[in-house]
Amino acid sequence: MSKDTPLPSAEGFEPRIVAFFCNWCTYTASDLAGTSRMQYAPNTRVIRVMCSGRIDPRFVLQTLREGADGVLLGGCRPGDCHYQSGNYKCLRRFKLLKRYLAQMGVENERVRLEWIAASEGDRVQKVTNEMVEQIRKLGHCRLEQIPRPETEPAAETHDLEQVGAGGMI
Amino acid sequence: MIMHRKSPEDQPRIGVYVCHCGVNIAAKVDVEHVRDFAASLPGVVVSRDYKFACSDPGQELIQKDIREHDLNRIVVASCSPQLHERTFRRTCADAGLSPFFFQMANIREHVSWVTVDPGAATTKARALVAAAVRRVARAEALALRQVPVRPEVLVVGGGIAGIHSALTLANAGKKVFLVEREPTIGGHMAQLDKTFPTMDCSACILTPKMSDVKNHPNITMWTYSEVDEVSGFTGNFKVKVRRKARYIKEELCVGCGDCVDACVMKKEKVQVPDEFNVGLSKRKAVYMPFPQATPACMVIDPKQCLQLMKGKCAQTCVDACERAAVDFDQTDEIVEIDVGAIVMATGFRPFDAKRIPEYGYGRFDHVYTTLEVERLVNASGPTGGEVVLRDGTVPKTVGVIHCVGSRDRRHNAYCSKVCCMAALKMAHLVKERTGAEVFDFYVDMRTPSKGYEEFYDQVLSEGVQFIRGRVAEVTDWAMTPEEEGKLVIRVEDTLIGVARRVPVDMVILAVGLEPQVDTAEMQRRFNISCSQEGFFLERHPKLAPVSTFTDGIFLAGACQGPKDIPEVVAQAGAAAAEALALVDRGHVDIEPNTAWIEEEACSGCKTCIPLCPFNAITRDEEKAIAVVNDAMCKGCGTCVAACPSGAAQQNMFTDEQIYEEIEGVLAYV
Amino acid sequence: MKYLYYPGCSLKGSGRSYEESLLASFKKLGVEMHELPDWNCCGATAYMAVDEMKAFALAARNLALAERYGDGEPVTLVAPCNACYLALMKVQKYMAEYDEVGRTISDALASADLSYRGGVRVRQSLDVLLNDVGLDLLAEKINHPLGQWKVACYYGCQAVRPFAPFDDEYNPMSMDHLMRSIGAEPVDWPLKARCCGGTLTGTIPTVGLRLSYIILREAIDRGANVVATACPLCQFNLECYQSQMGREYGEDLDMPIVYYSQLLGQALGIDDRSLGLQRHFVPLTAAAAVG
Repeated sequence: MSKDTPLPSAEGFEPRIVAFFCNWCTYTASDLAGTSRMQYAPNTRVIRVMCSGRIDPRFVLQTLREGADGVLLGGCRPGDCHYQSGNYKCLRRFKLLKRYLAQMGVENERVRLEWIAASEGDRVQKVTNEMVEQIRKLGHCRLEQIPRPETEPAAETHDLEQVGAGGMI
Repeated sequence: MIMHRKSPEDQPRIGVYVCHCGVNIAAKVDVEHVRDFAASLPGVVVSRDYKFACSDPGQELIQKDIREHDLNRIVVASCSPQLHERTFRRTCADAGLSPFFFQMANIREHVSWVTVDPGAATTKARALVAAAVRRVARAEALALRQVPVRPEVLVVGGGIAGIHSALTLANAGKKVFLVEREPTIGGHMAQLDKTFPTMDCSACILTPKMSDVKNHPNITMWTYSEVDEVSGFTGNFKVKVRRKARYIKEELCVGCGDCVDACVMKKEKVQVPDEFNVGLSKRKAVYMPFPQATPACMVIDPKQCLQLMKGKCAQTCVDACERAAVDFDQTDEIVEIDVGAIVMATGFRPFDAKRIPEYGYGRFDHVYTTLEVERLVNASGPTGGEVVLRDGTVPKTVGVIHCVGSRDRRHNAYCSKVCCMAALKMAHLVKERTGAEVFDFYVDMRTPSKGYEEFYDQVLSEGVQFIRGRVAEVTDWAMTPEEEGKLVIRVEDTLIGVARRVPVDMVILAVGLEPQVDTAEMQRRFNISCSQEGFFLERHPKLAPVSTFTDGIFLAGACQGPKDIPEVVAQAGAAAAEALALVDRGHVDIEPNTAWIEEEACSGCKTCIPLCPFNAITRDEEKAIAVVNDAMCKGCGTCVAACPSGAAQQNMFTDEQIYEEIEGVLAYV
Repeated sequence: MKYLYYPGCSLKGSGRSYEESLLASFKKLGVEMHELPDWNCCGATAYMAVDEMKAFALAARNLALAERYGDGEPVTLVAPCNACYLALMKVQKYMAEYDEVGRTISDALASADLSYRGGVRVRQSLDVLLNDVGLDLLAEKINHPLGQWKVACYYGCQAVRPFAPFDDEYNPMSMDHLMRSIGAEPVDWPLKARCCGGTLTGTIPTVGLRLSYIILREAIDRGANVVATACPLCQFNLECYQSQMGREYGEDLDMPIVYYSQLLGQALGIDDRSLGLQRHFVPLTAAAAVG
């Protein structure tokens, strides 16, 4: 986690949620919510993957450790997967992951898997709002306090920082 | 192949462009702030905001910066990558940069358009830009894959949209498969009597095109057939078509009708409602939908035929057929075809007027839908073109009701677009045939096309009475002796501000257009999207109106949304042209987002092999490792997520790239 | 069969015969009705028009009590009065669909140590008779079939609009089926679910009176000799203003207006007094003269 991240104060807590959306259905639905001007809570940050089957459970763990308070996974409805069955693979991993997270003390509501079809912009709105409210009640996720193992690839980002901040032209 | 000046080993020199999109983004997101924030990020050399990044000057600006500042990575924070990723990749490529050194941050659909608070929107935009910057630093130079494209095209649906698409493609020399699920092509247009506003006879302009389809050497026409399965991808679709058993040998039948005369279902009460005449007449178990049906071939309805249902019938049809075309042993046949492109032309279904019980359709005999009246006024229809009611009388007063099932929150909020003109056509035709007094109940009159408003004027001058108001109900509740035995239309006349009761003999409901019942099933089968109201969704409402989100599948006609015939034909031509552009090029570029195996890390555990839905992974027995067949991989990344040793990786979506993105969205609050 | 029962004010006052006949009939059919303890006004009519949120709070309190009564088990709350039925259905929908209503009402309930999580199924008694008791059981229990009645089944507006989970919004049939099962003959008429005038009979009498009159006139024209209703307000409007209508429209209207439950009770062999028939202004016996 970046050192210049200020610790959010307890009051006025705004949950930070990272969403992994599949390219074909949920990301498109999210675009549709935009083109339909459906207003919803600004707390999610969407990361696009081609298929919910690409969502490695480690992404979720890493996301929580980086300080996110919740993770939303979105894929095509059962039977609608662009790659036939990626969403089922995602579901399988998700169920296992949930048990693992429970053992780590992560509340059930923090990680959520939703099937959202390309036409369901309203569901993106509804699910996002719901999740933000739920997590607002739960408060911060404490997973980030678990120390990193030393072999973290984070060190590799070092070379980036040497380039320095580019000036605005 | 374009040569790229930059190699991935170069230190990142990133250019960030924050787009205003006019006011679409700038009115909500503080773009200057995001620009300055981006400038402070590691690796960013240039950071600018610009009114329209996708415009020519916007693209030129990026290209100039690439040259002058030696940029090797580009981030554009603007709209959805679904919309403009291709545009900006080309911008990069034209400036000599690998198109895959480009990353988009979606701060319009995902930020400015969905967020109330400008501060929160700006924060969110910053996070997405930070993620894109970190991700693009990890980008790799990749090359688009090219695969050959098959020259054949499949057209699904044989209404006017499918017919026009098929003929256009066939005339361009392409081989076309036209699949229609009914026993004949022609669709709804074949049921119409006249077409507005010119009042051409529908059959006269349609049937020549139907026989062109039948006789075209480049068209394979399969009626009474349905698409069962679609696999593959743009340029190389594999399609399974089910040719349903029609129990008549199509190659032998000449459509003479001797079998129909011979069929034992002689009594009207055992016959079934004729689909073509919308139930206004009856048909037997063996039938031809209408005299000009194409192919001119009979079909036996397995749900009515005694022989097929009970195995017990005198089989008089078999004896009557001189050409021995009747075949009770026929079964469904599955045909597999390979095509390069698909045109969806599956049409619409009329709104079921029973869903508005207050209009009494199905309860009162003299309430009709527009499609039923089309058959009534048609010279070859069940009454020979006479407008007579179900009790045999000729109506003296007729009420036409607009917006039935359309512009109604309870059913469909959208305007069905064709019903105002269809209603005016009905008013005109019924008045012409019967001399009846016609009342037309409209909500707003929508006649915006060539010659349409003039047609409305004409109908006005013919003396049809127009009443502006949404009809509350059609009832047989009479309050005065004049209303006895009539249907009373209750409506608020909004132009005079009075609630009125208008007694009539006949009511015509101008029903709207709805998606086909099985649209959701088709959507799955073809892997395309639907809009909220259930019609197939185009890739972009303005700039890609006949494309879908699945490359190689195009949309024609009312399956994309309500349209009248001129519009359907124009769109069908456009879909054909798009399909032609694809198959004529001979190859398609495919995203290089395939998976690959890092040999040293692979333990040969085989976890990935059964996960791949496309059988793209095999095991190299000699090296005891997994191998991905690049040509078969579709880039879902399921194997990558599953690999326990991290040996599987996906181009454009490597673990590192995604971790950078995760850290990016969370790092700078 | 066991249900929680919400009478509402009318069934304890002007619509007393509705309660008497309904409970007697249910008892005869072996259906247990337990009155919701400590119930209050449903918030309908005047309340709803003056301050919707307060009306919602009133209605929601009853739902909260019902849910608590259920103690975790699913609860069905039977509301025979159409106005109560609508008010309870409405608050349920609004609490679920509008966050602000949900929050405000939950806060209001919390101030009385109550909460509502949406676990109560509100049903009209007609729905219970038709779909739970069923026409088969009814047919079995009927021992005094009522062949003499040609019934205009009058549902009123609130039983089927906008919430009609058990019947058609414009041409409801459940009471018709019920009447047929007790041997009476329902007449086919188009005004089954039209407005009776509601509270307009009190506020703008000329309008209210006319609406009620239209209903009665059509029932007579269609050959009915009795009107059966499911709503205390409809019953009141149609019955109590008949003499006034007679003066206004120069017609002698002598139409008995009863609750469907009273006819059902008769068919089940319950005596008229237990069905509250003596409480009516137009006696049911006058009916034969009308037909």
